[in-house]
Amino acid sequence: MMGCWVLNEGLSIILVLSWLGVNLYLFIDTFYWYEEEESFHYTRVILGSTLAWARASALCLNFNCMLILIPISRNLISFIRGTSICCKGPWRRQLDKNLKFHKLVAYGIAVNATIHVVAHFFNLERYRWSQSKEAQGLLAALSKLGSTPNESYLNPIRTFPMNTTTELLRTIAGVTGLVISLALVLIMTSSTEFIRQASYELFWCTHHVFIVFFLSLAIHGMGRIVRGQTQDSLSLHNITFCRDRYAEWQTEAQCPVPQFSGKEPSAWKWILGPVVLYACERIIRFWRFQQEVVITKVVSHPSGVLELHMKKRGFKMAPGQYILVQCSAISSLEWHPFTLTSAPQEDFFSVHIRAAGDWTAALLEAFGAEGQALQEPWRLPRLAVDGPFGAALTDVFHYPVSVCIAAGIGVTPFAALLKSIWYKCSEAQTPLKLSKVYFYWICRDARAFEWFADLLLSLETRMSEQGKTHFLSYHIFLTGWDENQAVHIALHWDENTDVITGLKQKTFYGRPNWNNEFKQIAYSHPSSSIGVFFCGPKALSKTLQKMCRLYSSADPRGVHFYYNKESF
Amino acid sequence: MGQIEWAMWANEQALASGLILITGGIVATAGRFTQWYFGAYSIVAGVFVCLLEYPRGKRKKGSTMERWGQKYMTSVVKLFGPLTRNYYVRAVLHLLLSVPAGFLLATILGTACLAIASGIYLLAAVRGEQWTPIEPKPRERPQIGGTIKQPPTNPPPRPPAEARKKPSEEEAAAAGGPPGGPQANPIPVTDEVV
Repeated sequence: MMGCWVLNEGLSIILVLSWLGVNLYLFIDTFYWYEEEESFHYTRVILGSTLAWARASALCLNFNCMLILIPISRNLISFIRGTSICCKGPWRRQLDKNLKFHKLVAYGIAVNATIHVVAHFFNLERYRWSQSKEAQGLLAALSKLGSTPNESYLNPIRTFPMNTTTELLRTIAGVTGLVISLALVLIMTSSTEFIRQASYELFWCTHHVFIVFFLSLAIHGMGRIVRGQTQDSLSLHNITFCRDRYAEWQTEAQCPVPQFSGKEPSAWKWILGPVVLYACERIIRFWRFQQEVVITKVVSHPSGVLELHMKKRGFKMAPGQYILVQCSAISSLEWHPFTLTSAPQEDFFSVHIRAAGDWTAALLEAFGAEGQALQEPWRLPRLAVDGPFGAALTDVFHYPVSVCIAAGIGVTPFAALLKSIWYKCSEAQTPLKLSKVYFYWICRDARAFEWFADLLLSLETRMSEQGKTHFLSYHIFLTGWDENQAVHIALHWDENTDVITGLKQKTFYGRPNWNNEFKQIAYSHPSSSIGVFFCGPKALSKTLQKMCRLYSSADPRGVHFYYNKESF
Repeated sequence: MGQIEWAMWANEQALASGLILITGGIVATAGRFTQWYFGAYSIVAGVFVCLLEYPRGKRKKGSTMERWGQKYMTSVVKLFGPLTRNYYVRAVLHLLLSVPAGFLLATILGTACLAIASGIYLLAAVRGEQWTPIEPKPRERPQIGGTIKQPPTNPPPRPPAEARKKPSEEEAAAAGGPPGGPQANPIPVTDEVV
């Protein structure tokens, strides 16, 4: 339904359009200012419109460089998310899109940087040319200004050089400009999706060139080479009258020699706030790194899954959040994200780690998951934990009905969630707004997630003990099986519990038919708002978004599906 | 950074440098800057670099995402054999290509970026990386009749599948069931002719 799509996506679109609008406004406003401003009249004689292009894009660059550090201040975003006063519903969902916004602003910087650099190439060339022998008239007169002690110069290039490159490298603005552009190119080429997926470490390490970027940006304008006429000079020197009388400037009292001054550097004013904010962010992360993490339990599950129970002073989490774990014994630079699989009501926090690469394999080995003898507690490697960092699952409790869909390894955040739901159910004091949870788990091979199947089994028994069997309805879909399994399953079809998982709910084979599922849910809850939470691959995410739009009714009192996606 | 193949980053950097060279070259030529002929050179060099770098090489481990439409350039780049396969050659080539563009301001950024790409390619070459083309997988012809299994050798009635086939892990855990064993029928079977 169009209406629901607008509701779901509308706020994002509005925010993007606002950002674009502010950019365009700043650009156009500055452009016309530099095109029409009197004090830059003589500068325009030499440079033409490229002055305005360069200055307008410079202002947009300042604006975007100010914005770019904010979406990646993780702790700030978690803080805003935590204060539920200002951020409800659709606004909360926007906080999940912080990385997308960061990339958008980065593209904005790239576009503006291109305009700025090209415009300045023209400017330098024109400044240079106006010092040549062929330059005549007003152009030549303006360029000669500044040769005598009473005069202030307009043209930063004082003599006719062979090469604009050497002139560039003589100015602070030129050198820092080159350094900034180089830093930007390096950051962008190492941030492509291909590189990020192949080697996150390269992306992360190269990205730190942003320090060079911001330092150079702060000192970029210090040379003050954007020069305009001073106010005093303007009051004495009438441009419309005097501009054609340049030959008489030295002599005639009516037209004294125009004086020029450079524009104050302003980039630092824009970026100071966010840079300080981001510095605080990194300090917080470092402080969290220093705090001690006590490992209280290590469980080695079959099929290579390591479960770690840990404790840390002052650690508070919500289901669906993730932590970054670092192990100095393996690598001092690498921090890897893991979703928390314990409920907030428990007195420890836990993660389940599967061997999926160098670092995780090394970790599993260090913790003795490879079938070696029991490790002594003091031999275990020291871990550092940063976080927890926010994600969307806390919203599950805000809807009367929630549908949770997990594909493959995406099931981990839901472990924490389901445990948390059980704890909240057990507390009879506060009645929950949430009254029904549908849980769909799609995976190729249940063996890798045996620990999760055990969790579901224990939840099932506890729910039936509490008499709340209808609260949680879960469906497991196995999408991979071999012939042996198929035959075995067919034989035991009529039994009470499922052969693979041992649960009362039977496992389905193949992928779910989402149309049927959504139709069924919409039918069972005709006038509720239903939250849909998904963690897994993009293709399925698109399908589910489509389903949400399709089965939400146009009637505002009817059923509405709200889609929330996990992003890691 | 164990998994990184440096050539991947060098490739992205070189492609970006090519585009920057083209842009700088167009600016210099269109604006008729002094020594704009370096700009014209820069456009040509940029196009050459882009075409050379467009096809991604195959990664040693894991799958490689192809760029859209890269198969046409792959076949051309493949033709040059060791010249394009070897990364030392590419490193030197990029370094040489970047030098003339350094004489013109508009293309100096392209020079710097291409020189960095050349450096990363050198690193890749030192680590023994090579450019291997991504070949399209040959379509497997479906085997006609391949899924038809051998017909059963026992006459009916046959004991259930578990006794016949090798039990999997789940079976062993969950099924107490009928023991696997020889094909002896538990009750004597007679052919009843009604």
